Amino acid sequence: MIKTDILIIGAGPTGLFTVFEAGLLKLKCHLIDALPQAGGQCSEIYPKKPIYDIPGFPEVMAGELVDNLMEQIKPFQPGFTLGERADTIEKLDDDSFVVTTNKGTKHNAPIVAIAGGLGSFEPRKPLLDNLAKYEDNGIAYIIKEPEVYRDKKVLLAGGGDSALDWAIFLADVASEVTLVHRRNEFRGALDSVEKVQELKNLGKINLITPAEVIDLNGAETLESVTIQKTDSKENIEIEVDNFIPLFGLSPKLGPIADWGLEIEKNAIKVDNTLDYQTNIPGIYAIGDVNTYPGKLKLILCGFHEATLMCQSAYQRIFPDKKYVMKYTTVGGVTGFDGSKKEAPKAVVKSIN
Amino acid sequence: MSDIKIKITDREGILHEIDAPTDMNMNLMEIVRSYELAPEGTIGICGGMAMCASCQCYVKSGHELPEKSDDEEAMLSEAFNVEDNSRLGCQLHITEDMEGLEVELAPEEL
Repeated sequence: MIKTDILIIGAGPTGLFTVFEAGLLKLKCHLIDALPQAGGQCSEIYPKKPIYDIPGFPEVMAGELVDNLMEQIKPFQPGFTLGERADTIEKLDDDSFVVTTNKGTKHNAPIVAIAGGLGSFEPRKPLLDNLAKYEDNGIAYIIKEPEVYRDKKVLLAGGGDSALDWAIFLADVASEVTLVHRRNEFRGALDSVEKVQELKNLGKINLITPAEVIDLNGAETLESVTIQKTDSKENIEIEVDNFIPLFGLSPKLGPIADWGLEIEKNAIKVDNTLDYQTNIPGIYAIGDVNTYPGKLKLILCGFHEATLMCQSAYQRIFPDKKYVMKYTTVGGVTGFDGSKKEAPKAVVKSIN
Repeated sequence: MSDIKIKITDREGILHEIDAPTDMNMNLMEIVRSYELAPEGTIGICGGMAMCASCQCYVKSGHELPEKSDDEEAMLSEAFNVEDNSRLGCQLHITEDMEGLEVELAPEEL
C-alpha cells in the first residue's frame, strides 16, 4: 500500500502544482494518472501548442509548461502511479481513504484531491459490430507487449503518429503488417511518414488507403477483416491474427462518477466559497474537473484552486496547528530531498 | 451588433432556432455551448483546437462555408459517423453569410 498525505488523481498542470503548494506545507503527495506520462492534456493533446494566459509567461508551449512544473516540484519528491486509472475509493475507520487502480495498486491518504481534468483518457473505439466479442481475442487498442505480435498477421488502422510508429516497429516483428487509413494523407512526424513510404516500397508494409475496416469475421477469435476502399467501394477481405485500431484517445469521467460525489454537467460540484471540497469531507476537486458558479476551465484557475485546497487539507490533517502563510521569497523553499532555495542575503558593508 | 438566425438540431432530434452573434468572435461549437444544446463535457472537449470530434455536425443547408483546414480534414478522417456534409463546429466562425444556416449535431462518440 502506497501511503501519502495528499493523493492526487490526475497529473495534469493542476495536479502537478498541487505538489508544490503541499510541499510548502510539508505535506507529501502521490499522483495517479491513466496516461503513461505526466502532464495530462498538455502532454497528450497539445504539447507543441502555445498557451498565452499563464501569468508571467507571455507565451509557453504546453509541453514546456509541464516540464517546468516537473522541475518546480522535484524537491518535493512526488510519487507517481502512471498508466493506471483510479477505479474505486473506500473510507477507513480512521477517516482516511484507500484508492485502488484498475491494476490493483492501492493508495492510502487522509486527503484525496481529484484533479482529473476531463477524465481519464480511453482509446477511441471504431463503431463495428461484434467489436466487443473480439476484444482480447485479436483486437487490442493499446500495444503493451510488441512481442505478442511476433510472426503474426497484424492490421493497424489510423492516420496519426501512433499508427505510423507502430507500423514501422511491427514491420520487423510481425509476419505481415497492413496499415489502413481513411485518407491518403497521414498526420504524423515527417520522418515517420517517409519511413512508412520506404517500408511500403520495400513491400514490408501493406498500405491500403483511402479505406476503412467495415466488418470483423471469425468464429471465436478474429480471423479476417473486411476493408472497404473509399473511392471504388470495393470490399477486400484480409486474413489477420490481430487488428489494432489506433484512433487516439478521448477523455471519460469514468469510475469517479460512481464515487458518490455530487456531479453536475459532467463535473464535480465543489464549495468555491472556501476550499473546493466536494460533498464528501476530505475529498477535494480542483481544476477542469470541478464546477461552481462562474467556473472557468483555465490552468491558472486550477493553480489558484490547488493553493487554497492545500491550506484546507493542512487544517484537516493538523486541526490543532496554527499556520501562517509565508512567502517563498521570505521563507525559501526547502525540499524533502534536503535541497534549499532561498533569496540571497543582502550584504551589509559600509562604503568608504 | 448583428445577430443571425441559425437552426440547430440537437442530439435528441429537437430543433432549436437561435440567434447567433457575428461580432463576438464565436464559432458554432461555442454557440451550441452557450445555448447549452448539448451537455457540458460532451462538446468542445479539446476547447476548439480541431483535436477532437465532439463538435462534429452535419450541414443541412446549402451554404457556402469556408474550406476545411488541414487540421479539420485530418480530424474528420479519424472521427466516427462522418458524412460528406460533416464539419467541426469549432472551425466554423460565425459570419453574416451564415444567416439561415441549418446544422444537426452528430451523435456523441461513446
